[in-house]
Amino acid sequence: MNLLQFSGQGAYLDWWTIGIAAIVNTGCAVLGCFLVLRKLSLLGDAISHAVLPGIVLAFLLAGRSPMPMLLGAMATGVLTTFLIQTLQRYGGVAEDAGMGIVFTAMFSVGVLLLSNFASQVDLDPSCVLYGQIEYIPLNVETIFGIEVPKALPIMLSALVAVIAFVTLFWKELKLTSFDPALATAIGINATLIYYLLMGMTAVVSVAAFEAVGALFSVAMLIIPPATAHLLTDKLGRMVWWSAALAISASFFGYLVSKLLNVNAAGMMACVAGGQFAAAVVFAPHYGIVGKLRHQLSLTARIAGEDLAALLYRQEEPSRSRDGGTMTVRELVRAFGGGFVARYALHRLMRRGEIDKTPEGSVVLTDKGRRQAESLVRSHRLWEAYLDKNFQLPLDHLHAPAERIEHFIGPELQQQLAESLPKSDLDPHGREIPPSTGTQP
Amino acid sequence: MNSFISYNTLIVLLGTTLLGANAGLVGSFTVLRGRALIGDVLAHAALPGLCLAFLWLGQRSLPAMLTGALASGLACILLMTFLRRWTRVKDDAVMGVVRSVFLGAGIVLISYIQNQTVAGSKAGFDSYILGKTAGLLADDVRLFVGVSTLSLSLILLLYKEFQLASFDPGFARVQGWPALLLDNAQMALAAITVVIALPAVGAILVTAMLILPGATMRFWTDRLSTLLIGAAVIGGAVGGLGTLMSAQFSLLPAGPIIILVGTAVFLTSMLGAPRRGLLARAAANRRFRNELLLQTLLRRIYESAEGRRSTAVHRSRAELMRSLGWSTGTMQRIVHAAVLQQLVSERATPSTHDYELSLTSQGAEYVAKVVRGYRLWQRFLTEYPDQSCSLVDLDVQHVDEYLPPDIIRALERKLVAEGRLPLVAEGRAS
Repeated sequence: MNLLQFSGQGAYLDWWTIGIAAIVNTGCAVLGCFLVLRKLSLLGDAISHAVLPGIVLAFLLAGRSPMPMLLGAMATGVLTTFLIQTLQRYGGVAEDAGMGIVFTAMFSVGVLLLSNFASQVDLDPSCVLYGQIEYIPLNVETIFGIEVPKALPIMLSALVAVIAFVTLFWKELKLTSFDPALATAIGINATLIYYLLMGMTAVVSVAAFEAVGALFSVAMLIIPPATAHLLTDKLGRMVWWSAALAISASFFGYLVSKLLNVNAAGMMACVAGGQFAAAVVFAPHYGIVGKLRHQLSLTARIAGEDLAALLYRQEEPSRSRDGGTMTVRELVRAFGGGFVARYALHRLMRRGEIDKTPEGSVVLTDKGRRQAESLVRSHRLWEAYLDKNFQLPLDHLHAPAERIEHFIGPELQQQLAESLPKSDLDPHGREIPPSTGTQP
Repeated sequence: MNSFISYNTLIVLLGTTLLGANAGLVGSFTVLRGRALIGDVLAHAALPGLCLAFLWLGQRSLPAMLTGALASGLACILLMTFLRRWTRVKDDAVMGVVRSVFLGAGIVLISYIQNQTVAGSKAGFDSYILGKTAGLLADDVRLFVGVSTLSLSLILLLYKEFQLASFDPGFARVQGWPALLLDNAQMALAAITVVIALPAVGAILVTAMLILPGATMRFWTDRLSTLLIGAAVIGGAVGGLGTLMSAQFSLLPAGPIIILVGTAVFLTSMLGAPRRGLLARAAANRRFRNELLLQTLLRRIYESAEGRRSTAVHRSRAELMRSLGWSTGTMQRIVHAAVLQQLVSERATPSTHDYELSLTSQGAEYVAKVVRGYRLWQRFLTEYPDQSCSLVDLDVQHVDEYLPPDIIRALERKLVAEGRLPLVAEGRAS
């Protein structure tokens, strides 16, 4: 490769570099969605290593023309997949071991070819591995009177091929990704789609090798789709997200690498990793923060309902020796103490379900009483139901009812009540509160 | 081969042999546990640690860099465990993401080191993926000796525990063994091997050397002890042989040659291993198919005689072939086998250009057993369809070994009543 010094053409070259990175990475990221969904990420990884001999052979035989390279890549990708499957099916070799064996062997063949013929094929070994995206815009040719980087045609054709592939086979890809058995049953050739997917993976890996290097195409194949999968459940949106993430990773990765004067391809992988980390933490549904918040609010709701029910039971005639009131401290202690109880009490107060009397004891408001009544009704109905239908000792009824009471809606309440003999008492002889039409 | 081996070559030879043996030994466990790619992940994950340790000290210090590499390998494993536990990201994507990001960070750090420091160019990071096997030093070899001794003694010490943890981790846990600790001990051995080998021979070679010997030996044996010894021997031999070959053809780097030698050994084993090899399995399949065809032929002859008085039945070969729907080749092969085993005698009938086949006394005896077993099975499957799925091996000759005697007697009574039970000489089939 012709290593020119970076001359002060500045922004023009930078934009070319970012544009090329974006083209390459978008192709990888769009295709990668289907690999990640089908749990084939590691196969994509293996293929991106295994295309090395294909690249060298294509360079040896046909030089730098796009079509032979892409076709050669496709053949190598399919061959790799085929070899791994053959080892698995006929040799009984586990899939991961098979992958490890095939890709290291093919990579070795590539390295040997490279070290023997590198001088003849105008290929720089370290460029193949790590990519030298900074130098791509410096190596130009003129097409239709416009000066473009020599590597542009092959990268563009790969991107076009990916977009065409995904658009043409959208339905098939979607179905084989989520339900391969159904796909086969309705007459889609899942094997063909599978091998096409692998072939296309090889195509983008080959297109990527000059820009980000054979080792990093896999970063763009896996990381943006994995991030996108944390953000959405819809395949269409996942593909768009993945492409957008890849483009922004190309842009910011290059920017940061320029500032720090470090390897651009590695930086793009790092930025993509940062995006992934951010999604892991902050993604609305599947992020850790979101999940924790959901769990916290569920815990608070259950604690609040339990507290209200505790007050309600205190009010019941059979127990109200001290008039059915408790102070905050007594209530928290009866609940088992802790931060959750205090938070739940605060929440109940805010919602106007409990009130504090001037003497400092806590009482249910009418609204709170209705809610608590419904919960206790669910609890006792469930106990009665368990008692009627299962031969359980009496002291085994409370625990399951305590857990399920929070998830019994009005509909289920009614069904339970209808399935039980007309009785107002639960198995322990306590009154089942009447239906009030509200739910917890 | 030159009779003279230079000191350098000897060091490299020793190093790769030791490394191969050690990786084979340690890698066998990862292959058995279905974690073959852990070496690959660790090899990539160690890179940022190596670089950070270098940046910290500003020079190449082996202990510091190994510590750094181990630390970042550990961080990578923890991170993967966390992502698996806490996110919806699937296993394969977790591995892919973590690996690529660590590799990316490593490459960024390498370029930073090479730009910033004078010593950077001497750090030898450029050879990290492919390695510079020829650059092995005596110190490296001493380290390999230490690590090999460590893994060997640990495996000898914990052999029984490792064995159980490899084949039945659930049982090991139920037995109250620290399965997680054992798991991590195996992983740690692999990590140490990866880390010490990485700077010398490169990520790709380490990955391959962890997988190849174990996967190769899997074709030869079912015993863990044999597998481990064999994997160590194969690993060492492959390492040594590859190094010698690369020394012979000085143009070729040793790493890829070693991998390709290992792959050749693997493929040879896959084809030629005695019981699990492809050729052996294909031959066994063919034998089994021929046996079934032979039984079909004999049964056809036998059944055409059933109900008649005479035991000496002659059947036209052409007619049999037509009714069985076989090709001439198949017919010839099977009849030839039957004649060889003296189960059938063949007599030419020149008038019709055909042959007549008849059962010999030996053949009659054999076919009676076969038919008896066949009909008992048939009867069993129709009488007790609910139990048939628990008995899947339909080898009709051994029906007596599978079914309880009272069921056999009941089935036999029914067959006798229909007149369909062949008379077997000894009463019970072998």
